[in-house]
Amino acid sequence: MRSLIRTHATEFSLLAVIVIISTVLSVATANFFSLGNAFDLLNISAVNIIFAVGLLVVLIAGGIDISFAVAASVVQYCTAIALGWIGGGGWISGLLIAGSLGVLLGCLNAFLIHRFRIISIVATISTFNIYFGLLMFFTRGVSIYDLPEWLTDRVILFEQEMPDGTWIEITLPVLVMVICVVATWMLITRTTIGRQLYAFGDNPEGARRFGINIGAMQFIAFGWLGLMAGIGGLIQAHYAQEVVPNALYGRELDVLAAVVLGGARLGGGKGSVLGCVLGVLLISITQNGLNLMGVSPFAFKMIVGAIILVAITLSNTRIERLLPFVGRGAGR
Amino acid sequence: MHQATSATVGEKPLLSLRNINMTFGGVKALKNVSFEGRPGEVHCLAGENGCGKSTLIKVITGVYRPADGAVIEYDGEIYSHMSPVTAQDRGIQVIWQDLALFPEMSVAENIAFHEVLGRRPRLVDYNRMRRIAIDALARLGVTLDVELPLKEYAIAQRQIVAIARALIGEAKLVFMDEPTASLTQSETDHLLEIVRTLSASGVAVVFVSHRLAEVLEISSRITVLRDGALVGVYPAAGMTQSRITELMTGKTFDQHVRARPRDDQPVVLEVRGLTRPGQFEDISLTVRRGETVGITGLLGAGRTELALALFGMLKPASGAISIEGKEVRFGSNRDAIKAGVAYLSEDRLSLGLIQPQAIADNLVIASLRKILSGGLLSEDRKRSLVSRWIADLGVRIGRQADAISTLSGGNQQRVAIAKWLATDPKLLILDCPTVGVDVGARAGIFDIVARLAESGLAIILISDEVPEVYFNADRVLHMAQGRIVGTYDPRQARLEEIEAAVYA
Repeated sequence: MRSLIRTHATEFSLLAVIVIISTVLSVATANFFSLGNAFDLLNISAVNIIFAVGLLVVLIAGGIDISFAVAASVVQYCTAIALGWIGGGGWISGLLIAGSLGVLLGCLNAFLIHRFRIISIVATISTFNIYFGLLMFFTRGVSIYDLPEWLTDRVILFEQEMPDGTWIEITLPVLVMVICVVATWMLITRTTIGRQLYAFGDNPEGARRFGINIGAMQFIAFGWLGLMAGIGGLIQAHYAQEVVPNALYGRELDVLAAVVLGGARLGGGKGSVLGCVLGVLLISITQNGLNLMGVSPFAFKMIVGAIILVAITLSNTRIERLLPFVGRGAGR
Repeated sequence: MHQATSATVGEKPLLSLRNINMTFGGVKALKNVSFEGRPGEVHCLAGENGCGKSTLIKVITGVYRPADGAVIEYDGEIYSHMSPVTAQDRGIQVIWQDLALFPEMSVAENIAFHEVLGRRPRLVDYNRMRRIAIDALARLGVTLDVELPLKEYAIAQRQIVAIARALIGEAKLVFMDEPTASLTQSETDHLLEIVRTLSASGVAVVFVSHRLAEVLEISSRITVLRDGALVGVYPAAGMTQSRITELMTGKTFDQHVRARPRDDQPVVLEVRGLTRPGQFEDISLTVRRGETVGITGLLGAGRTELALALFGMLKPASGAISIEGKEVRFGSNRDAIKAGVAYLSEDRLSLGLIQPQAIADNLVIASLRKILSGGLLSEDRKRSLVSRWIADLGVRIGRQADAISTLSGGNQQRVAIAKWLATDPKLLILDCPTVGVDVGARAGIFDIVARLAESGLAIILISDEVPEVYFNADRVLHMAQGRIVGTYDPRQARLEEIEAAVYA
């Protein structure tokens, strides 16, 4: 147990912060502490969690991606158009098209990074601008509202009225989110590819000496994020029931903050799916709670920023380090 | 001298190299070198930095391809060159100096890393990896929690993990490149014990180390290289450290006690009852003008922590530091530098020098104020300041603008010392100044230290090699578990007496 706490310190402290905030919110507001609200939270967070687990893989492999959110917008638009061509399509064809387009855009990043040795932050800031520029240029900023019916209809997989009068619902986005989370978890913890990604992010030179295919690592990491971005994009279009070209603009930083909050390290080799999910949830819970408390939405960003700082400090600092002269021990 | 486990040493060589030549851009790195390793033997490869040791290892492990005419005979087969894959498949393993480990991954994964290799994706079998890791560690007589991330372990245990990893592939020939460079004495002893276990099981070990004492202790034969050429192969029995040094450098060094009386000089540094719980306790000492005080003791004795406190980077809990009679309280090392304290870090590679930056920029980094002209940095002033120190300390460089990483260890250390001298210090703290510096270049560093002391600088010389402080300091303090437990005058005490106390 002690070693479990030691190796999962981030996840435990995040969980603690979530419990504390939830307790405060359930005392401060009438509606927070209900199953209905809990499931609402999952529905709201689904898209961000899908993005987050994708980004996690890139961070673990030692990269970073700024472009995935606008790439998801590009995917939304192209998928909407492609679905129009094939005469409507359905969930399967929609997900296939969105997923493949996402992988394509992710692999473009990997290609730039691997082939031309551009560091990932620079490469993806460039593609961020290129993707967004192209999107705004070709759409002239016009949204698409006439999406196929199957895409805009809410799909409720399970619903139940609770004794307290609230409804719990599990919607399609939640199911897709769960599949993405489990698949990512499988990939990075249970497959040899995933462990190679960790090793590559942890010590690139060491990985190279073992003959790990560095190029493949980049394509897998950015391709996986592309896949998640594509799927997340389609789900977001479904959730919003429209495709707005700049709807996801700026989402990349929210997701990045959540993933780093969840213990992933900029620089690679570190991070877990659980931490990543908790990171997204913490931010959603905070926003949701502030909403219920009637706090002005203009104050959200400020408070969320503060929460991120506090949580990161807690998880990065061992408690004993905050006290002078204790715990460092003799020697080093 | 230890038993060379002669019973298990095979008569037929496992590896035999002849006629190895290697040229890099016109420079001959290896000239007609031969080498031989027998099963069950610990064979030491000795020589100064740049003598071709690493090149030779890379030829044997297939990283480099030697010039035509080379004969590599290994385990009954003859090759003109090796490839990394063949070398690994045939049981040749290297433990690189920088280990190539994965700190965030578990010990089990680090040891059984080959389990996750391969192009075809598979599911990871953690149980199997755990078993492999535990078995490999058991072969070395070590138990570690294989589930913990490697970063939870100290460098000594990481070293063991690297060895364990080398052993799982049925290794027949293991190269160890400076495996003890960052280990304490007791950790080194443990490692040498493991090396003995290894060779007793029939593995041929090729051992590379700067520390000649352990070379003599562990190896049965020593191959000495100098400037890319073979000097000779010698049995370890009957060899002495000074003889190896002579063979490695082609020069003779005479070591004599340099201590002189300095009691008449004014006190520069006075420390009274300095304490930082868990790191050092009740430290009192004085250093006078022109005096060199040596501090020795095992790694982890609190030497570096004490030095950092004197340099303002750790805050003592109690006690007082006075410089030239004035009590000082350092809020940071900026205060300490202002008060005339300079500290040469033990970790030159990552802390002492900024490796990719130019020699000149490294040298002036601590004294930028001196090269200001009208509030801006002046290139002219920088150049003249750098030229002065380069000439003064006899640093051999190409151009001032070359990266510091292009210099040898000894020359880098001279630049690091010059960097601090340029701040006009009153007290210079040298923390293990010869780590990673060749035997030949070490003497040069200590000549500089002696000259600086002669010019009136107060010096604290920290080293875990007792002879270094014995021969070069005026007084030797022995630290253990955060306290000063002994004071010796090299003119009266014998070296063996201090060594016995320190390594006890």
